Amino acid sequence: MHLYHWPDYLLLPNTTISSSFSQTLNTLELSALAFEWDDRLLFSDVSVSLKSGDILQVEGPNGCGKTTLLRIITTALSASSGQLLWQGKDISRVRQDYLQNLLFLGHLPGLKQSLSPEENLIWWRRLNSNSDSLSNSEVLAQMGLQGYEDVPCFNLSAGQQRRAALARLLIAEAPLWVLDEPFTAIDKQGVRELELLLAAHVEQGGMIILSTHQDLGIKEIKRLSLSSLAEVA
Amino acid sequence: MGQGFVAIFRRDLLLAFRHRGEMANPVIFFFIVVTLIPLGLTPEASKLAEIAPGILWVMALLASLLSVEGMFQSDYRDGTLEQMVILPQPLYLMVLAKILVHWLVTGLPLTLLAPVLGMMLSLPEAGYLPLVLSLFMGTAVLSLVGAIGAALTVALRKGGLLLPLIVMPLYMPVLIFGASTVQRAVDGFSVAGPLAIIGALLAFSLLVSPFATAGALKVSMQG
Repeated sequence: MHLYHWPDYLLLPNTTISSSFSQTLNTLELSALAFEWDDRLLFSDVSVSLKSGDILQVEGPNGCGKTTLLRIITTALSASSGQLLWQGKDISRVRQDYLQNLLFLGHLPGLKQSLSPEENLIWWRRLNSNSDSLSNSEVLAQMGLQGYEDVPCFNLSAGQQRRAALARLLIAEAPLWVLDEPFTAIDKQGVRELELLLAAHVEQGGMIILSTHQDLGIKEIKRLSLSSLAEVA
Repeated sequence: MGQGFVAIFRRDLLLAFRHRGEMANPVIFFFIVVTLIPLGLTPEASKLAEIAPGILWVMALLASLLSVEGMFQSDYRDGTLEQMVILPQPLYLMVLAKILVHWLVTGLPLTLLAPVLGMMLSLPEAGYLPLVLSLFMGTAVLSLVGAIGAALTVALRKGGLLLPLIVMPLYMPVLIFGASTVQRAVDGFSVAGPLAIIGALLAFSLLVSPFATAGALKVSMQG
């Protein structure tokens, strides 16, 4: 494993990166969301309201609908009933604006296996005009992938692939992060650093919704437990 | 707005280059079948010339159908399709980029290879140019139409035969007018009519297919 240094600015609040969204206060409200699939009520009446600086941890046993809920939040899936409100407006009316403010990392890494981590970053950058000034090699070095920039992703370990996928967190400037099991396959050191990155993001006025079974080393976290809600209709 | 198009176009072109062995499959299939026809049927030039237009077009169609299935599959499996659907970019432009790349790596090589294979099937000289022109536009229609089927079946675990069933009826007009373009040229008639119809099919599918495919992808991602 490489020894690498997490840059200082990620540890300190009010520093230079991604300050563009810190002025505006964003709000996201899940209002009575329910999802029914195959006559089975996966969850119902999920209501949470979030604002800039909040972290929401979605918990629950396997199969309780964590990924489904996150996909509903990303608008890839539509809920059976209920509403998503971004800045107080229904998501269907402000979808473009909402998606511009959203970064989603699913449990599939979203990496092209035959491309290297750097090439994967390059095509992501082309899709995000407002990526900040960190160079690709700096981003990958921060993710502990220096020396692997040119290795095709199929030759990387599961943890390294996850790191390559998480590298997008450093280049995108979206205030709302939706992360599905971001800690999967990552080593202890990586988990600590990811926690710092998450903490730095909310410190700067970001908003995070993540699903994980891990207890996060971050204080002041909102929890949403889906287990008690799951029932057969 | 064009960002998504450019990003996906360049990425897919690079991916096609990385998987060049896989990408060559339809072309190799086309080549092998056309090589086998004279061996299996008859090496007699006059008989081959009679069936050459139809054979070449049917094989080009099947070669295109073989490759269209994978158009969205790898994107679906590695999660990039999920990402593309929720990007704040128009999905139909990204889809159009993918279709364009698909045509560049299958339809275009087939078109360029066709005259050589026409020679092997002793296609009369008058047929070469119409063959190339009709395949040039026709394979683009096949890629555009095939994309809709590929998008509809991408999330199915056992989509196997469904894709050809969905796509085949839509392929028919292209095959009919494509083969008749070459046949008419060989028989000494004007090819303007059937070529114009293929052109019209191309224009229509270019307008409709990206939207239909994008819609189908969104539906597939709901599953």
